[in-house]
Amino acid sequence: MLDHILSILIFFPALAAMLGFVVAKDSIRAYGITVAAIEFVLSLWLWYAYDPMSSGMQFMESAPLIPAFGINYLLGIDGISLFIVILSTFFTLIGIASLTETRRVKDMIITLLFLEMTMVGVFAALDAIVFYVFWELSLVPMLYIIGAWGGPLRIYASVKFFLYTFTGSLVMLVGMLFMAYFYYQATGMWSFSILEWYRLILPENFQLWLFAAFFLGFAIKVPMFPFHTWLPYAHGQAPTIGSVILAAILLKMGTYAFVRFSLPLFPDASVFFMFPIAAIAIIMIIYTAMVAYAQEDIKQVVAYSSVSHMGVIILGTFALNVEGVSGSVFLMLAHGVVSGALFLLVGVIYDRRHTKLMSEFGGLASVMPRYATIFGIMMMASVGLPLTINFVGEFLSLLGFYKQSHTYTLIAGTAIIVGAIYMLAAYKKMFFGNVTNEENKKLKDVNKTELIGLVPLVILAIWLGVYPKPVLEPINNSVESVIQLMHDKAQSSEAKARIPNLSDAGAMKLHQEAH
Amino acid sequence: MLEPINVSMASLNVATLAPMLIAIIGALAILVIDLAKEGLHKSFYVMVALLFLLLDLGTLVEFGGVFLKNGTVLGFFDVMLMDGIAILSQIIIVAGSMLFIPLALTSKRFHEYNYPEYFALFLFMIAGFQFMVATDNLILVFVGLETASLALYTLIALHNRSKSFEAAVKYFTMGALAAGFYAFGSMVLYAISGSVEINQIATVLAEDHYSNIGFVLVGVVFMIAAFGFKLSMVPFHTWTPDVYEGSSAALAGYMSIVPKIAAFVVAMRLFEFLVHSGVVWLQVILYIGVVITMTASNIWALVQTDVKRMLAYSSISHAGFVMAAILIGTTQANSGLFLYWALFSFTNLGAFTMLWVNRQKNLLPGQSSDHPYEKFSGMIKTMPMAALMMALFMLSLAGIPPFGLFWGKMYMIGSAVSAGYTVLALIMALNSAIAGYYYLKLIIFMFMKEPMVGYEKYYLMNASLSLKTIIGIAAVGTIFAVFAVNPLLEVITRFVYNSGY
Repeated sequence: MLDHILSILIFFPALAAMLGFVVAKDSIRAYGITVAAIEFVLSLWLWYAYDPMSSGMQFMESAPLIPAFGINYLLGIDGISLFIVILSTFFTLIGIASLTETRRVKDMIITLLFLEMTMVGVFAALDAIVFYVFWELSLVPMLYIIGAWGGPLRIYASVKFFLYTFTGSLVMLVGMLFMAYFYYQATGMWSFSILEWYRLILPENFQLWLFAAFFLGFAIKVPMFPFHTWLPYAHGQAPTIGSVILAAILLKMGTYAFVRFSLPLFPDASVFFMFPIAAIAIIMIIYTAMVAYAQEDIKQVVAYSSVSHMGVIILGTFALNVEGVSGSVFLMLAHGVVSGALFLLVGVIYDRRHTKLMSEFGGLASVMPRYATIFGIMMMASVGLPLTINFVGEFLSLLGFYKQSHTYTLIAGTAIIVGAIYMLAAYKKMFFGNVTNEENKKLKDVNKTELIGLVPLVILAIWLGVYPKPVLEPINNSVESVIQLMHDKAQSSEAKARIPNLSDAGAMKLHQEAH
Repeated sequence: MLEPINVSMASLNVATLAPMLIAIIGALAILVIDLAKEGLHKSFYVMVALLFLLLDLGTLVEFGGVFLKNGTVLGFFDVMLMDGIAILSQIIIVAGSMLFIPLALTSKRFHEYNYPEYFALFLFMIAGFQFMVATDNLILVFVGLETASLALYTLIALHNRSKSFEAAVKYFTMGALAAGFYAFGSMVLYAISGSVEINQIATVLAEDHYSNIGFVLVGVVFMIAAFGFKLSMVPFHTWTPDVYEGSSAALAGYMSIVPKIAAFVVAMRLFEFLVHSGVVWLQVILYIGVVITMTASNIWALVQTDVKRMLAYSSISHAGFVMAAILIGTTQANSGLFLYWALFSFTNLGAFTMLWVNRQKNLLPGQSSDHPYEKFSGMIKTMPMAALMMALFMLSLAGIPPFGLFWGKMYMIGSAVSAGYTVLALIMALNSAIAGYYYLKLIIFMFMKEPMVGYEKYYLMNASLSLKTIIGIAAVGTIFAVFAVNPLLEVITRFVYNSGY
């Protein structure tokens, strides 16, 4: 069964969703939780069976799909994708378990299960077209979730979300077709396999164009400044579950794709664009932090802070060394846990008061102590307090970039610290002071259903902050092989210098495994 | 006194006529049966037509086998030409027709299906299209084109609504103009080359190195105009939305598929050698035509309020997209054309059939067209299955993987990329993004809006078992296209490559 565990992980939720049409309305919630729990256990088993010492792809599966055009159903995971897959199954479970939506729950749960299929599919795919299929397909359930259960502007928000991402991905598709064509020219065979593309060394000017084509697709998804405008709308209008999945998983597709495609395929272009992208990332961090400070709506604060932290992930990725990239992959997980939890917390208060304006609240700490505690922990994690999950990722990302440029890192580091201001200010507005609003006096504290979702996230945020090794080590091993591959492929002397050579530094073993 | 010419039957190779003759015999049989016994139910005629089409398809498959073994079969002094693309396009034509004809079995009664002539004309039309693609003789192309077109005008008018008459007359007028252009263009090509066979024309022109380039220009421009009308390329597209709106949804879907593949094949035969001859202005004209057709029709489709008109503009856009294959002119692109069209047939026929099952007898209260977007509001709540089907076809048309049309789009863009048309590839990709919006609009109406009160009774009014079967076939074809692409691609590439395109 382990030979096909990835296919099972991908298609089990989809199959379950199909069968879900038959399940009666009042039992669908239990059904959804059961399916998501089985899926989560399967993904944990995947982790158990995963060999953390090996850096290459594991659990590979291959079947011809359109061999005439070089398209194969090719799956596999390494340390980089393993934990994002687990994060996807985990958040689907948490999302369904803490679902407070009452309207048309059956449609919602079936949609979520389909979404789970596409999420796992994106992170497990090793064929560019299979990747693209799941990447595009993930738009459809999200479109429906935002558009059908969202706020008053939901249709505008969902269409904006869809069209923005769709346009970027189509340009990326052209890039993929070019990549396959270059492969065809070099070898006489069509292939969309990423692993085979890795072996292709392209001239630098081709790399720059292809990097740009892929960048457009990924940057819109992340979303990077200036393509971020769809995200506040999507978050603002989406129901809680939609925001949680969007922030925790869907945005990670973009950053993951940078690590999987852009870096190893175009090492010279990555070095060429390193500083422009770092500049964009820093603008993202500062600008969105400032915008977040100006928000009156707590959900928008969380949304902008989420974009701001995505900037740190990008910065770490484009450090192009082991610390930076491992840090950014770890930060993807951390960001998923923290911003997912924050959106869940916003959902908790929204369910009670049906408003997200911070001016409506104040002094909640005395009315809802448990809620205030959890919110406080998550907020501290979000600003990157040491011994919380975000700190590890942010520290490593900045450390990585510090090796490339002191100035940039200094600006980014300061920006992150300044970024703490808006979170603390928002927390103060909501939780401290006197209870001014009469309606707030009778608010109930978090209930059991909500705790089921929140407590595991709190535990994760602290556990992985204190002891990140079990997760960080496999990530590190796989990232090392990516960096080594980049170094070997790099042609320009600047790229050779910027991307460290690991094979000298006692990483000979990893190097051999990668080839 | 003239010597009697001895022609052996063997050299005529009568067999090359078999596919068309089967359709013609079928048409005549229907007329004869009507003489013998009047008032037979439409289901009888549908099944008879279906049987003849099945025989037709059988002979085509037989020809396919012969082609793969022995190559192109010629007949009637090389007038009939059964090469790979002729066989492929005929298979698409006949298979598309087989999917269309059961749509006559609606649960509501419609005027046109009471006439056996409808089914006879339908079969004559198919024979016309088949003649059109199975020759490179400009005169036979013309005869086939006119046979098919005249039959089609009548089929539209038989729908018996004032808009249908308008559509038929409009189509007829435009079609007559296009026929004039075609005749004039052929005349000029004949004048400079002394032949009406495309391969002869190509040889003669190549031998004297296009010295009559001015006349070639005149002839080709008229030909482009003629095919522009038939393929509804912008700016010759103005008839399309009105004609689609006036025809029944089923026939509109049919018109967006079958006549166009026939025209594509003729365009491929005619323009391919011109593109490869290195005549730059022809490439420029085609390039501009392709880009404008894709882009402009997409933008018009954005502002439509009626789903059928939207689909009409969308099918213009798809035709423009596919026309790029003729511009690119590589084997990969030409195979892409057939792959795209085979996948498009399923999806688009499915989409139009979904309109057809939701067709009501009279206009909706307060609406001026049959299928306004509002009619589909909140369909997921009232008719979840129908809404899912419709959404499936829309997603496929928009090119969302893994549904059918994505693979066609991918392969077409891929062929543009490998032929060095980078800008064209990007334009094709961005047009798919624009198109995403109007397909999405229908999904938004169906899934995110509240149902209109009192509209429930208009849904699925026209549904019957055979219509649902067709939708089911289209849906299966759309969802599982990914498994069909590889075998299709292999067969198509072999056929196209061995025909020299």
